[in-house]
Amino acid sequence: MSFDDAYGALTDHDDDARWAYGTGFADPLAGVPTAIPDGVDRADLAAYCLMLGDDALIMSHRLQQWVTRAPELEDELAVANIGLDLLGQARLLLTRAGEAEGSGRDEDTLAYLRDPHEFRNVLLAERSDDDFAHLVARLLVFATWRLALLDRLAASGDPVLAAIGAKGVKEVTYHREYAAQWVVRLGDGTPVSHERVQAAVDAVYPLVGELFETHEVERRLAGRGIAVEPASLRAEFDAVMAEVVAAATLRLRAATAVEPGRGRDGMHTAALGEILGEMQELARAIPDGAW
Amino acid sequence: MVNGVAAEQAARVAGAVVDPELPLVTLAELGILRDVRVRADGGVDVAITPTYSGCPAMVAIRDDVVAALGRAGFGLVDVRTVLSPAWTTDWITPAGKAKLAAAGIAPPGTAPKRGAGPVPLVLGRRRDDVACPRCGHAGTEQIAAFSATACRELRRCPACREPFEHVKEI
Repeated sequence: MSFDDAYGALTDHDDDARWAYGTGFADPLAGVPTAIPDGVDRADLAAYCLMLGDDALIMSHRLQQWVTRAPELEDELAVANIGLDLLGQARLLLTRAGEAEGSGRDEDTLAYLRDPHEFRNVLLAERSDDDFAHLVARLLVFATWRLALLDRLAASGDPVLAAIGAKGVKEVTYHREYAAQWVVRLGDGTPVSHERVQAAVDAVYPLVGELFETHEVERRLAGRGIAVEPASLRAEFDAVMAEVVAAATLRLRAATAVEPGRGRDGMHTAALGEILGEMQELARAIPDGAW
Repeated sequence: MVNGVAAEQAARVAGAVVDPELPLVTLAELGILRDVRVRADGGVDVAITPTYSGCPAMVAIRDDVVAALGRAGFGLVDVRTVLSPAWTTDWITPAGKAKLAAAGIAPPGTAPKRGAGPVPLVLGRRRDDVACPRCGHAGTEQIAAFSATACRELRRCPACREPFEHVKEI
């Protein structure tokens, strides 16, 4: 396909161009070795890649919903770029999940043709944001947790997960910084902004507990040096949150989870159905559609 | 063609392909072209690496490399993606940095080195010492942490009052 002519590229159906990514986005892991490390259960590896991939995919979609709604043009750029980084991570992880399960499902099939109960993201990723303070508080929690996770994943015994982790660390470092600086600006801002971001932190904290629960898939793969045990990330997470919250003159109230999250087992809130309805509508209406 | 000469030519042709998002610099200057080898059958194996995981230009880059090598007479071109080691702005060559600066985009400084332990949190501004690519004034300020692409940020110069982009160090 040539990009010398934009219209030609748009209508070029000679390759496996699919509408979903515009003009012929191919396998994001093209040429990356696909071997599964010895002794690793393929179903477990697939499930684990889905967990981390779905976190990124669903969070990315929520971020995209803020484009055209953010307070400033600069923040739309930031939110769009952060969403794009996470979408890139999701593509790599979903592709790896498809390879590991060996069923022939590719990233598009996994993103567009699964039902809510088949998604493995944590509930934090699917939560909708009442206002911009909610978005930055939720992004701070998400990025702080994911950065600690990806940093340890860089030492995974699966070379593909290790590479995704090492690359993602560089990206999520900037995501965390963006969210942290906004939380500080709002918290240490006017009485109104302080009150609203405090309310946002209070609203998001009941979802923190789920992030550090270790699923049996994670426990088994961690034992083989492939996955990261989320419980091991808690100290780093708490230290970063304490630093940000202190700089923002906010308080962390004791987090009392109303009920433990079970997103890793496919039990979700209605919010995920709303996201998938929007995200999957076209793919389900026109299967394998190309343009 | 003698194989050594062919390999040199293939590397030169692939390296001269320009980046679709920053067409003022080549793939070689950006440091995203990782390897070019001529196989025994005369085909070429090329390895490229994305700047960011979500880089939407990877397919265009792959196509452009195949097309450029095809025009130079190399028929069987296989472009592989390599994820590790992850791209760093330290791989942008001095010539690439000079071209960015000439186009009004402040080039990156040296990427921060990680010590042991967790990734350090930066709550203040990362850098105040990015020089203005237009007037050379040393102290410029950040307007926004992201710009038209994830790899750039928006800054402004208090001396000449012009806004400009800066390639962030990663």
